[in-house]
Amino acid sequence: MLVPVAAAAVAALALVPLGYVVWYAVTLGPAELVQLLVRPRVGELLRNTGALLVGVVGGSIALGVLCAWLVERTDLPGRRLWHALFAAPLAVPAFVNSYGWVSLTSGVQSYPGAVLVVTLSYYPLVYLPMVAALRGLDPALEEVALSLGRTRWSAFTTVVLRGARPALLGGALLVGLHVLAEFGALQMLAFPTFTTAIYDQYRSTFASAAANALAVVLVLGCLLLLLAELRLRGQARVARVGAGSARRPARQRLGRARPAALLGSALLVVLALGVPLASLVRWLLVGSSTAFPMAELTSALATTAGLALGAAALAALLAFPVAWLAVRHRGPVPTLLERAAYTAHALPGIVVALALVTVSIRVVQPLYQTLPLLLVGYAILFLPRALVTLRSTLEQAPPVLEDVARSLGLGPVRTFTRVTLPMVRSGLGSGAALVFLAVSTELTATLLLAPTGTATLATEFWANASSVRYGAAAPFAVLLVLLSLPATFLLGREAQRGRPS
Amino acid sequence: MSGVRVCGLTKAFGPDRVLDGVDLDIANGEILAVLGPSGCGKTTVLRVIAGFLSPDSGAVRLDGTVVAGDGTSLPPQRRHVGYVPQEGALFPHLDVRGNILFGLPRRERTQQRLTEMLDLAELPADVASSYPHELSGGQQQRVALARALAPRPQVVLLDEPFSSLDASLRLSAGREVVRLLRAAGTTAVLVTHDQGEALSLADRVAVMREGRIVQVDAPADLYRNPVDVGVATFVGGATLLPATLRSGTAACALGDLAVNPRVQSSPDGQVTVLVRPEQVRLLPAGPSGPHADVKEVAFFGSYASVSLRLRDGVRVAARVPAVLVPVVGASVTLEVVGTVGVYR
Repeated sequence: MLVPVAAAAVAALALVPLGYVVWYAVTLGPAELVQLLVRPRVGELLRNTGALLVGVVGGSIALGVLCAWLVERTDLPGRRLWHALFAAPLAVPAFVNSYGWVSLTSGVQSYPGAVLVVTLSYYPLVYLPMVAALRGLDPALEEVALSLGRTRWSAFTTVVLRGARPALLGGALLVGLHVLAEFGALQMLAFPTFTTAIYDQYRSTFASAAANALAVVLVLGCLLLLLAELRLRGQARVARVGAGSARRPARQRLGRARPAALLGSALLVVLALGVPLASLVRWLLVGSSTAFPMAELTSALATTAGLALGAAALAALLAFPVAWLAVRHRGPVPTLLERAAYTAHALPGIVVALALVTVSIRVVQPLYQTLPLLLVGYAILFLPRALVTLRSTLEQAPPVLEDVARSLGLGPVRTFTRVTLPMVRSGLGSGAALVFLAVSTELTATLLLAPTGTATLATEFWANASSVRYGAAAPFAVLLVLLSLPATFLLGREAQRGRPS
Repeated sequence: MSGVRVCGLTKAFGPDRVLDGVDLDIANGEILAVLGPSGCGKTTVLRVIAGFLSPDSGAVRLDGTVVAGDGTSLPPQRRHVGYVPQEGALFPHLDVRGNILFGLPRRERTQQRLTEMLDLAELPADVASSYPHELSGGQQQRVALARALAPRPQVVLLDEPFSSLDASLRLSAGREVVRLLRAAGTTAVLVTHDQGEALSLADRVAVMREGRIVQVDAPADLYRNPVDVGVATFVGGATLLPATLRSGTAACALGDLAVNPRVQSSPDGQVTVLVRPEQVRLLPAGPSGPHADVKEVAFFGSYASVSLRLRDGVRVAARVPAVLVPVVGASVTLEVVGTVGVYR
């Protein structure tokens, strides 16, 4: 009885941001909303956001599919290394990447520049699921297509891409949601979108009607993306034979195209990794020549670690009842609760933060700008990550084992501690680790929710970088990159096991 | 004193009536197989006895004590019932030692008890530190049984324990498990959908159909005298022929057949006779007796299943030893050995 109640409470908590936005739009009324939104400025934001979305999603699909094909289906030399390098940009937070570019040339502060930099940050979100899908796809399908007289190209486009479509669309959706939610990178690239506009509005007029109205549009955009993905994915079933096939498909010989492929791959890595990292090293050297902020660095690191630890524990704790209910008591209500807990997946951090700020001010004033509220914000934002891993471990922990434990004389509590918990410990741990890493590089929600005076690595970096103290920002950026490495490594490894991440 | 007594169990999941008045009486030390097609409710019976499910009505007594029914329901951990689920279900996070000693109180988790159980299960001492995934299917099965037996339960429940094993391993694993159960002197209920398994391993077999027990008998009696056509065809191959019964002889397409003494008192009239494939003998085509053509032969090594067609089109199944396999198209005369069952 306790578990369903807890799960319902978690789902309700996760729904607070979306609920708030809906409630806001409804109570404001259409007339007011139209008045707030039908302005030239909003039109410009809409054009900017739309154009950026198209450019980045398109670019990410092209790069992601091409790289995945090179690594999985051709005889490109050094494929393991290339796989690591193609996935590695995920370890450089987008706002750090932009900082690398912007501090190098102001030429990127334009539409093409924004598309380039943001694409370079997010194409791995398409690349990784594509690698997993190409791995998992039964090569027999492709062989059948070839035996039926299809050319390799035609077999690839009709059978392979078709089979990998859910992965491709899922990746593209993720890129789209990230683009809509991106704040730091675009602010630095001086390319205003809804998210940056909400932030600016919040800075100047706090949680005003204008900021909230923009948030309504942003959430609408996210929902549209979700719907588009659902629609495109359709009812198509992609049958997978077994858990990954033992046989690998024959690799396409690159032949004379090999130098070009190598050159292209190298160019991509230089742009996506080389530029930001070189820039980082350069500013690190410049910065350390003046004064190395050891004290600030240590305290920011400690604060970040503490916050991330707290949020990870909270997210794991919240994820447990939801995952348990969804796996062990399948049905419409548990599914609904699980979906509710996933909503934050589609919501930009800025919306979640704005909603929590407003709700806390109106309903639970004492919570405003406190540590608990910040932790709750993190937990809502990253609950999906904990949920996904915990859920899949729970799926692998058959309930029959608990039956066996009961038949061997254990009560429910000891069954949980001696059987269930040990079995899901790894999932709980890796879920919490993912949340830890996500929180430790989180910028947007932290800027809005953190109690005054709280300095995390991301906010310290931001404070320095946005006031053009590039040298001072560099050490924080380095730590942010280092903190992102483990999660990137995990995702890259998962993809190569043929599991869509 | 009876080991397990189940009376009038009913259980419904929503509109599905899964158990529809199940009665079972299992003697101490007996091994009873519950045999039925999937979905007949046999696993539900097991889970009610174990205490994972409460019956809607009816009672379960273990060693004379009511553990379910009359408004009481003892939780599973207090029933002292060993449970061996499908595929053994060993705890993946524990080694063999941890698994076998799992159900014992801390002070009883001794090396001595472990050695006893390993000896009983005829497992080498060095597997104690192996993890489940390092064991073969048969070994996992024996560890699962050792784990269930370690706390000395009064009853062990086995739910399709061999279904995940290779066909070649199944028979030997089954015999091994029965040997262990007998050595421990434990009462056991074995749920299975495999006729061969039930007939070869159990002291008695209870056939279950649509939530009811339709027959409980020793394996040989069950096979020879099934209560109805459904049970007859479920426990083995069968040819069913219309016949006229007159004073203990059934006249049918295979000639005049002697009727099983159990049903000889059956009144004369139109009946259906049941002929098992191994009762049908193939003889060189002779002047008298029913003639048939060989239509299909499926060769299994030590024996072959032969499908025959009588002159009037009736199909008959026969099972012949490998040395007597006919060629397809051959003409033969059929002879039925032994007595046959009749049904109305």
